[in-house]
Amino acid sequence: MMSCEPWQCAEIAATKKANPITKPEVAVAMIKRAARPILVVGSNATERSLEGKLLIDYIIDLAKASNVQVVATAHMVAEFLKRGYEPADFMSAMDIGNRLVDPTWQGIDGKGHPDLAMFVGLPYYMESLILSGLKHFAPDLRTMTLDNLFHPHASWSFPNATPKVWAENLTVMTSKFKGGN
Amino acid sequence: MAKKGLFVKAKELKTDVALVKNLELSIGKLVDDSWDEPMGPTPMPHISTLRDWDMKLLNKYKPFYMPDCDLCCLCTYGKCDLTAGKRGACGLNIADQSSRIVLIACSIGAATHTGHARHVVDHLIEEYGRNHSLNVGGLNVDVEAPVTRLVTGIKPETLGDLDEVLTYCETQVTHLLSAAHTGQEACNLDFESKALHAGRVDQVGMEVADLAQISVFDFPKADPEAPLIEMGLGTIDKAKPVICCIGHNVVPSVGIIDYMKANKLDSKLEVVGLCCTAIDNSRYFDRAKIVGPISWELRVIRSGLVDVLVLDEQCVRTDCSNEAERINAPVIAASEKNCIGYKNRTNDPVDEIVNDLVTRKVPGVLILDPEKVGEVAVRVAQKVAPMRKKMDVLPSVEEITKLAKTCRHCNLCQRSCPQDLNIPAAMTAAAEGNLKPLTELYEECIGCGRCEEACPVKLQIHSFILKAGQKFMLEETNFCRAGRGAVQDIEIRSAGGPIVLGEIPGILAAVGCANYPHGGKDVYDICREFAKRRFIVMTSGCSAMSAGSYRNEEGQTLYEEFPGSFEAGGVLNVGSCVSNPHIAGAAIKVANIFAKRNLRGNYEEIADYIHNRVGAVGLAWGAYSQKAASIASGFWSLGVPVLVGPHGSKYRRMLMGRSDKPENWEVYDARTGDVVNVGPAPEHLFQTVETPQEAMVSIAKLCIRPNDTWKGRSIKLSHYIDLHKRNYGRMPKDIHLFVRTMADVPTTMKDEIKDILDAKGWKETVIPDPTMLPRMIRKKKE
Repeated sequence: MMSCEPWQCAEIAATKKANPITKPEVAVAMIKRAARPILVVGSNATERSLEGKLLIDYIIDLAKASNVQVVATAHMVAEFLKRGYEPADFMSAMDIGNRLVDPTWQGIDGKGHPDLAMFVGLPYYMESLILSGLKHFAPDLRTMTLDNLFHPHASWSFPNATPKVWAENLTVMTSKFKGGN
Repeated sequence: MAKKGLFVKAKELKTDVALVKNLELSIGKLVDDSWDEPMGPTPMPHISTLRDWDMKLLNKYKPFYMPDCDLCCLCTYGKCDLTAGKRGACGLNIADQSSRIVLIACSIGAATHTGHARHVVDHLIEEYGRNHSLNVGGLNVDVEAPVTRLVTGIKPETLGDLDEVLTYCETQVTHLLSAAHTGQEACNLDFESKALHAGRVDQVGMEVADLAQISVFDFPKADPEAPLIEMGLGTIDKAKPVICCIGHNVVPSVGIIDYMKANKLDSKLEVVGLCCTAIDNSRYFDRAKIVGPISWELRVIRSGLVDVLVLDEQCVRTDCSNEAERINAPVIAASEKNCIGYKNRTNDPVDEIVNDLVTRKVPGVLILDPEKVGEVAVRVAQKVAPMRKKMDVLPSVEEITKLAKTCRHCNLCQRSCPQDLNIPAAMTAAAEGNLKPLTELYEECIGCGRCEEACPVKLQIHSFILKAGQKFMLEETNFCRAGRGAVQDIEIRSAGGPIVLGEIPGILAAVGCANYPHGGKDVYDICREFAKRRFIVMTSGCSAMSAGSYRNEEGQTLYEEFPGSFEAGGVLNVGSCVSNPHIAGAAIKVANIFAKRNLRGNYEEIADYIHNRVGAVGLAWGAYSQKAASIASGFWSLGVPVLVGPHGSKYRRMLMGRSDKPENWEVYDARTGDVVNVGPAPEHLFQTVETPQEAMVSIAKLCIRPNDTWKGRSIKLSHYIDLHKRNYGRMPKDIHLFVRTMADVPTTMKDEIKDILDAKGWKETVIPDPTMLPRMIRKKKE
């Protein structure tokens, strides 16, 4: 299934809807083009298993390959640390959303506001609402989701897809950073 | 109270010149100010009276909006696209519109509680008269109505006094709702200020409702040892006729219970309930049973145990009547706010109504006389029960297996499920005869039924889940402590000091509805964690039920494991939704009884005191309703932070502090007038948390207050650090923001924390007498 309908049927957007990411290379190009990307990882990272491997492990692979700064929400920092990966920061999903809508915020390292905020693994409706907040109140920020669920409020979103396709997308993305293509 | 009306009523008056019948005479108001507390600056505040206080809070905790909809479609100019800064035809932008929606939600909530209170008070005045005295705790409770005293400046003594208080609330709700009309307000922060006012009014409305019902119905009066009430579907005696009451207004249920008692039937039938009516039934009659929270309405009806369904008001599924028809259970609608399309039979003879319901001539009736509801419900239940034989509509296992084979695997069930439950996988397994995956959905399902609405082949998916979980469902036998009502003044005297000094590390109030992300056990786990840590845990409504729905290793429910008193390690169920002001009231009474601050019309000062000194946090883990929004708003207005579970993000607006902006955390030292940075304490006023682990860490942190003594701060930090390490696997990154002197640092962590403080360039600061109000600054000594 590859659909660009909102995953939760009632999450209908209005006039400004996400561009679908038709292949993982597009997402890779977006990340490479960004000067200050961050990746926000939510609590479903340890709940979703793709092809026998947890989402969080795919994310660690991707983060290591791409050197994207990871912000862990909820208690996910502990899960990253258990796996030997130190995220760049951790805070609540609402805190990171609230900072992203502030144009004066200088990012988690104090070196400048992010220009691309990626999200993965939050409860769908929470992620959707945060993306809506960013769409309205951070119009200069580009947002992208790496989930397998279409998010209309993002700037860019993967379509709805099976866990198998999701796993393939994340694996391809990681390989593109490793290979430098 | 300050003013009293003279009201004379005479059925028949004979004089030399005339015979007068049904004379009613009202002579305005007489002043009778026996309350010697001086009136504060803001009695009966209007919608802008406390605007300055609101703006102080809103400047510290700025709104973070997450619009659920990009459009406004409230007037015929629209629909207007408000995306990313566009203004609509009326000029509002999306921030204004988002705050307007918050105001509308809070106004609906305040109107609902106030309407509820109005019904209860009018009914009781009619039955018992305006001069019926209020009594919520006898000699143990002198400050009987802390919220009402604080907001209105009225000290209510009789039911008639409550009438006047409600008139104030009704006026305010009308003004608040009117401000949401097109062209009435132009700034998001002013909408927010009005939403806070709706919260204040809501607290008053709720308090009035509970004062009236506690006083007249003789509910537990500030009783720490209120009885334990049987809870769960497994507690229902299936051999008896079962009357099930759903909603929030106890008045019709009182009619049922009174009729049963008067006719010596109270052991012959079961009166059970869902949601707050169940809580209040059990405060009136300790053999009433609580089935469960709001989310179990379909569960209870479809299980077939109900012989008569009595629906009152608030949070009643609008398809309960249809569901009841499926199990041949007659319905009595008992609230004029929820008539369900039934014919009004209030004035018809009881025999006729009973006959029509028993013979199924009509599926339901509207009866607006609670006594008549009582007689009809009991008589119908007695007659219907032997005929119904507890008929349910759950499919057999064989039927599920057969029907599951027709599933098209379109995923619409999962995509419509608020929990994103993997129903398609469970259906695949069910088609192969394996119901285990369906069983596993039972605990997390919130019973909304959206899966069934979405299914293109009309599979009764929720019923499949119920059947798969039936064994568990019918074995649910737990205890909930009956709502105790207020906190005693003596309890405040005893615990107030340790709370304000920080030695009792905090008050956790687990309140609200049952829209939980992963079932009710999270509520139990969180409450138990903090009770074991010797916080004071207060519960109400559906959260009170969920807190009691699980057992410890020794088989005890939370209410059996911990005492019901307002003390360190106590777990107190205050009651139903309208009992929430007892929680706010406890904080207010700390300021009044412990700190000797005047309450009367003195909102700003008391809220400032609570915000800076009383480490209380609200947790509405499953909040879903507009009423929950207004309840939360009442706490925000007092400066008490509220956390909601993930579904609470759908309230679309958080009130967030910024720990990385030191300028946001300055207060005055009332002793000197100096401006002192006290750190992010509390960090947020309204926040969604994602997981129970995050909730626990956040609760511990949000209990920190500027006024904590070094000993209290040390205790609070030890809980925060311990929970943080356990759940986040590391030391908090913001610990330096909460250490004012080295004495604040927990003894066992001194070396570890000193290294962190050194690395952060930490400098010692003073512990102030904190206030956000310049007028509270005492003059510097010469």
